[in-house]
Amino acid sequence: MSEHVYRDLSLNGLWKNNPALVQLLGLCPLLAVTASVVNALGLAAATLFVLVCSNTAVSLIRNVVSDAVRLPAFVMIIASAVTCTELLMQAYAYELYQILGIFLPLITTNCVILGRADGYASKNPLGRSVFDGAMMGLGFGVVLVLLGALRELFGTGALFADMDLLFGPAAASWKIVLVEGYQPFLLAILPPGAFIFTGLLIALKHRIDSGIERRAAARREAPVRGSKRVRVTGTIS
Amino acid sequence: MSLLRITSPHAHGPLSTTRVMQTVLLATLPGVAALAWFFGPGVLVNIAVTSFFAIAFEAAALKLRGRPVLRTLDDHSAVVTATLLAIALPPYSPWWLLAVGAAAAILLAKQLYGGLGYNPFNPAMVGYVVLLISFPVQMTTWAAPRGLTAELPGLLDALRACFDPASFDGATMATPLDLLRQNSDQSLAALYEATPQLGAWGGVGWQWVSLGFLAGGLWMLYRGIFTWHAPVAMLAALAAMAALFYDGGGPGSGGSPLFHLLSGATMFGAFFIVTDPVTSAVSTRGRLVYGALIGVLIYLIRTRGNYPDAVAFAVLIMNFAAPFIDYYTQPRSYGHARGGRP
Repeated sequence: MSEHVYRDLSLNGLWKNNPALVQLLGLCPLLAVTASVVNALGLAAATLFVLVCSNTAVSLIRNVVSDAVRLPAFVMIIASAVTCTELLMQAYAYELYQILGIFLPLITTNCVILGRADGYASKNPLGRSVFDGAMMGLGFGVVLVLLGALRELFGTGALFADMDLLFGPAAASWKIVLVEGYQPFLLAILPPGAFIFTGLLIALKHRIDSGIERRAAARREAPVRGSKRVRVTGTIS
Repeated sequence: MSLLRITSPHAHGPLSTTRVMQTVLLATLPGVAALAWFFGPGVLVNIAVTSFFAIAFEAAALKLRGRPVLRTLDDHSAVVTATLLAIALPPYSPWWLLAVGAAAAILLAKQLYGGLGYNPFNPAMVGYVVLLISFPVQMTTWAAPRGLTAELPGLLDALRACFDPASFDGATMATPLDLLRQNSDQSLAALYEATPQLGAWGGVGWQWVSLGFLAGGLWMLYRGIFTWHAPVAMLAALAAMAALFYDGGGPGSGGSPLFHLLSGATMFGAFFIVTDPVTSAVSTRGRLVYGALIGVLIYLIRTRGNYPDAVAFAVLIMNFAAPFIDYYTQPRSYGHARGGRP
């Protein structure tokens, strides 16, 4: 039983109810900071951390907080988690903190987080809520990083540039230049590119889903040998 | 007396899509010829290469979508889109620029929305704007016109510029609209004195290119490809805006009405872009509003915006608004009250 719950939770967070591709929540950071892999990864990690923290805290206090004040209480919890994240990033990844700028504090207003706090963590026990937060955060983060990779690849012809901002000086050599002498394709890095690539990713997901659906339908509708037609019109005498 | 008797039906068949597209292609000839005369054969190479990429992308997209490839390609719409895009691009563009433009126009703006007739935005202008935003350097270097450069590049030079851009070294010059945009603090008389590109009406070469497209447009109008409403409204609105702000040539006057009508992409836009039946407003009153607002936007972006020319931006903005305009300009259907919503 409980295994079933966790499987559903991960399936929902990562694919079926993906915050970025299906719920289309948190589009503001999704579109704004995914110009490169390192930015996307930084924001994905921050969002994941905040989501897990807030789901944990909300689930713990879910029986104490009255319905009338639950939203302010949740937002307070989220804001505290965001502040912690901000301070941590200032301490350990200061350049990235400066690049992400306003979008780090704006995680507070990210609908994914309040949505999970109110929609799931406030009604479910601790273990499941933490797991749900992790899965939703991962689902959001994967899309963020994928989008960042696509935009960086099409925009600059390289991948994993400036990874040292996040992983220390050793990561400076991680940059892979896929096309030498690539003419920067500014549209992919500018906000319109984010919209276009998000749209393409959503289309890709629909395409995969409809493929799965079609195959499942084909399996279901295997003709039953020897079945009889039933007369459905007229009166049966 | 014997009357010639013809049995019904007396109505002629409407123009087929293929015929319309062929007419549009033919109508670009005078303008393209003027471009090739004044700026060298770069525009011809542009058209050929862009058409090749457009047809390839269209065929690939149709194949992926499971549509009949050859029958759909036969409507010539991909070639028309490619030709319009190629005319708008600077001559002697490298091949990858043309390929990206064709991909944006055909794949992004047309096939993703469902193919010919379903695209809310003009494909050629989407291709142009994608390139203009992405590659500002390549998109704003325009060749020097005949008479102002020692020697125009030949056909071989044009091919080399396209396929081996590093080896090509052509003379470039600011276009008249560039000059006006960048020197808005000078009076027009001083500017005309200082720069040879600014000719009598719309700039050396440009006025004849514009007149070429005007001739092609009038021929299409005569053939009944489109109605007069949208282009005339656009040109009138642009001229009116220019006349309103023109103070005889002082600094920041923004050029005379004649200058605006005969420079840049005004005539090309008015007759080949604004008249696109798919992306423009549908009703006649709607087309008047649609065209006029494009004219106003062109003037505003030309004189107040960051880019020297504005036809593509103005057209795309109004493509957004076309359904809205149509909603408010629905013609009264027979038997319904005047002013009543249907």
